[in-house]
Amino acid sequence: MTEADFSFLCLLLQQRSGLSLTADKRYLAESRLGILCRRRGIADIEALVRQLRMARDLALESAVVDAMTTNETLFFRDQTPFNLFRDIILPERLAANAASRSLRIWCAAVSSGQEAYSLAMLIDELSERLAGWKIEILGTDISAEILEKARAGIYSQFEIQRGLPIQMLLKHFQQVGDKWQVSQRIRAMVEFRQHNLLERNDPFGRFDVIFCRNVLIYFDVPTKVKVLEQLAPRLVPDGAFLLGAAETVLGLATKLVCDPQHRGLYRHAAMAPPLAASPAPDFRPRPAAVATALRG
Amino acid sequence: MKYCLVVDDSAVIRKVARRILEGLQFRIAEAEDGARAIDACKGEMPDAVLLDWNMPIMDGYEFLRTLRQMPGGKRPKVVFCTTENDIAHIARAMHAGADEYIMKPFDKEIVASKFHQVGLL
Repeated sequence: MTEADFSFLCLLLQQRSGLSLTADKRYLAESRLGILCRRRGIADIEALVRQLRMARDLALESAVVDAMTTNETLFFRDQTPFNLFRDIILPERLAANAASRSLRIWCAAVSSGQEAYSLAMLIDELSERLAGWKIEILGTDISAEILEKARAGIYSQFEIQRGLPIQMLLKHFQQVGDKWQVSQRIRAMVEFRQHNLLERNDPFGRFDVIFCRNVLIYFDVPTKVKVLEQLAPRLVPDGAFLLGAAETVLGLATKLVCDPQHRGLYRHAAMAPPLAASPAPDFRPRPAAVATALRG
Repeated sequence: MKYCLVVDDSAVIRKVARRILEGLQFRIAEAEDGARAIDACKGEMPDAVLLDWNMPIMDGYEFLRTLRQMPGGKRPKVVFCTTENDIAHIARAMHAGADEYIMKPFDKEIVASKFHQVGLL
């Protein structure tokens, strides 16, 4: 791949999906786009780029984005966020929404659906406590192709063995040939929709919990900020926002702040508990001290 | 260091499993069938057993049932590791007291994930 072709692809991906492709990902681009070329009967990456330059072909651009988006995910990935959801967030929301008896969860960048289905299975385990509640789980992703897989809920033997306890497999999956399909009951709990995190999302309404894990790591800083700016208003004022284990809002201009009690959990800054009540030492100048300083 | 007994009639599988589990800081012993595995457990009860199903002399299912009757035999975490990959076999194994179930082929990630789930890691 020539330098010019690689730059062109970087720009295209940046504009279409916000994906930031660094120079060290060049080999990845060559291998993934090589597969795309073979599938589409395009001679090579040079020919692919020529075709993309020649005329705006939205379908082909989407296919390039699909090919370059990392879709790797696991059931109950990292476990901790799911424990947080079950032990901290859910009880909080049950108390907060006791009147409406409704709960809305958004899995942003859900990929092939494992995160959304993991939550659905967790919720199903707690069905006694949640009797009479209306629970919505929305899963969105930029890739139409991966969402088809998510909707089908069919996974390979390898995929169902990473993170999924065997008892959950027995309870919630059926064997389909050499693959495994999530039960109709669990699939019916999740709605999947195609969505670009950089685009308007107000029609989705507001959510009690937003999972946005392991997607910001693929973006450059301005894009990260933009994504968080888009997502924050979709979270109810006292809602819970979760990022991946390797992600943070630190250093990003955002209205979301870390919950000092729980790693990986974020809140609206305006709703954060006052620092005096938190275990972290308070280094802010006290109003009296500021006043004295000004007078002095 | 936790101690894991690897039970499989294939020397190749035992070697692969040993390498993976040693990487996860386990001390390993090997047995090539259920009967030898029972002998090993009489000598020293392991923390974990990675268990094949189909083996000569005593198969994995019989081993598990015998183990669970032995004094201290309820303590080891037993993770099946077998080519038997249908719901009926899995349900039968869990009913007999298995803790987790790996369907072959497996890799390090799967073993680590399953051992983590049963609290061995």
